[in-house]
Amino acid sequence: MMLLEVVAATKHFGRLAAVRDVSLAVPQGELRAVIGPNGAGKTTFFNLISGLFPPTAGRVVFDGRDVTGMPAHARVMLGMARTFQITEIFPELSVRENVRVGAEVAAGFRLRPWISRAEGAELQRRIEETLSLAGLANKADRLVGELAHGDQRAAEIAMALALRPRLLLLDEPTAGMGDQETYEITQLIRGLHRDGKLTIVLIEHDMRVVFHLADRITVLDQGKLLAEGTPQEIAVNDAVQAAYLGKAA
Amino acid sequence: MTGGEGACKLIALGAIWAALLLAPYWMPPLGGYTALGTRVLVLGLAAMSVNFLLGFTGVLSFGHAAYFGLGAYGAGLALKFLAPSTPLSLICGMLVGGIAGAILGALIVRRRGVYFAMVTIAFGQVFYYIAFQWSSVTGGDDGLRGFSRRPLDFGAFSIDILSNAESFYYFVLFCFALAAAAMGFVLRSPFGRTMIAIRENERRARFLGIPVERHIWIAFTLSCFFIGFAGALYALLNNFADPKGLHYSQSGDFVIMAVMGGMRSFWGPLLGAAVFVILQDYLSSITVNWMSFIGLLFVFVVLFFPRGLLGAIRRKVQA
Repeated sequence: MMLLEVVAATKHFGRLAAVRDVSLAVPQGELRAVIGPNGAGKTTFFNLISGLFPPTAGRVVFDGRDVTGMPAHARVMLGMARTFQITEIFPELSVRENVRVGAEVAAGFRLRPWISRAEGAELQRRIEETLSLAGLANKADRLVGELAHGDQRAAEIAMALALRPRLLLLDEPTAGMGDQETYEITQLIRGLHRDGKLTIVLIEHDMRVVFHLADRITVLDQGKLLAEGTPQEIAVNDAVQAAYLGKAA
Repeated sequence: MTGGEGACKLIALGAIWAALLLAPYWMPPLGGYTALGTRVLVLGLAAMSVNFLLGFTGVLSFGHAAYFGLGAYGAGLALKFLAPSTPLSLICGMLVGGIAGAILGALIVRRRGVYFAMVTIAFGQVFYYIAFQWSSVTGGDDGLRGFSRRPLDFGAFSIDILSNAESFYYFVLFCFALAAAAMGFVLRSPFGRTMIAIRENERRARFLGIPVERHIWIAFTLSCFFIGFAGALYALLNNFADPKGLHYSQSGDFVIMAVMGGMRSFWGPLLGAAVFVILQDYLSSITVNWMSFIGLLFVFVVLFFPRGLLGAIRRKVQA
């Protein structure tokens, strides 16, 4: 069964067609990379999936349910979590508090005036578990805004994980990172996928990361679906090479 | 949080409550009077209600005087026409302010930033003109008169809060403590954390599964209940409700108090209100242009202490 299906999605901004007739189907447990040159419409495509704005045409189906018109926060409650290309965090809160908000919402506590001792302990356990999973346990009390870029990215992933998602959408998780940080984030994502059996769709520019992680790759170019296949197939695809080298296919 | 920081907070909290509890004793020797302390509490509570939105949800309402004034009229009209009961008048004032806030808030919360502020001003001015024009009910420009707070009747005994300024001060302090405790309780709850999440990063909050507009609406409504309560206390303090209490300049005063005191801190607005009210009391006996001096101080604080007076004090203590 497909966890995520996008059917012929199109998004116009005025006269610009940022995404044109793109379809995608991701089965449970797959790690899918979405790649393409700058301006290919990758982030717009992500925004359609996660509900930042609705598509002009087409449908988004999550776990067999049509979520096309559903607001973003409701999609999160169905199990869809995402990170952003430019890190979106709560800078003036500690790492733990950042993760706590997600954990509380996921536990259904967001309108609660109080939580019981037992619920609090369970919540605390889950928060600490998420923090150590993301390698942030020793920085939990620091303000997120004061952390290094790589740790901020990891904190954002930790916030998404605190939601206990079934689908994790990562928009350029290694953007702006050095080699060591890139390696660490790659290991984290790999662990989530291999050990956590988490379904992940990620946008990524670093091809080492893409080919290291992805089960399948979707290539977008100028808003259109250019190719889809295993990393081996994509590596030898002429159209993809042409798009990346800027030549006509 | 480290142990030292926690102890510091506890000491500060103890100092605040000690100062408030003993105000009728230390204020007169310093040239103040008890009713001035009562005024600080009431306007402080109003500024804290504005800051509940501004400092903790990141939403600037420039029309909160509307719900403050509605609370005052609600309390005054209840005393005048419903029943001569002080608690009932407070409840009525709070309900009028809160319910109006809930209804209008639903129309406002989709706007953001300067548009939000403009719409809140506009709705506030609507109430101002209603109070101004509808003389038969509100007393129009002269304000609502002909009511006064009633003694607190406990059956076996009653407390005179009308002629005894001290007992009224303690009654207001009791009400203030209830409201402040409720506010603190909300801010420490999971819901309170979603408010701070929205302040910090609205997009992130939305993508953590928080329906942002609904949460802002709830925060707005709660804040209107609090400020309606403050408005009701204000009517009891003056035995009078004034259309000026609804005017946007009054809203501006509340924002000044909150920002001057420190909008990231829970108690900052109370300090801001104290500085505002005491300066106003002192300066207005010297010059009619007292507001220019408060304005200058405000500019000074914003330029040099962006975290407000309390934020500056805190930094000093930590250093």
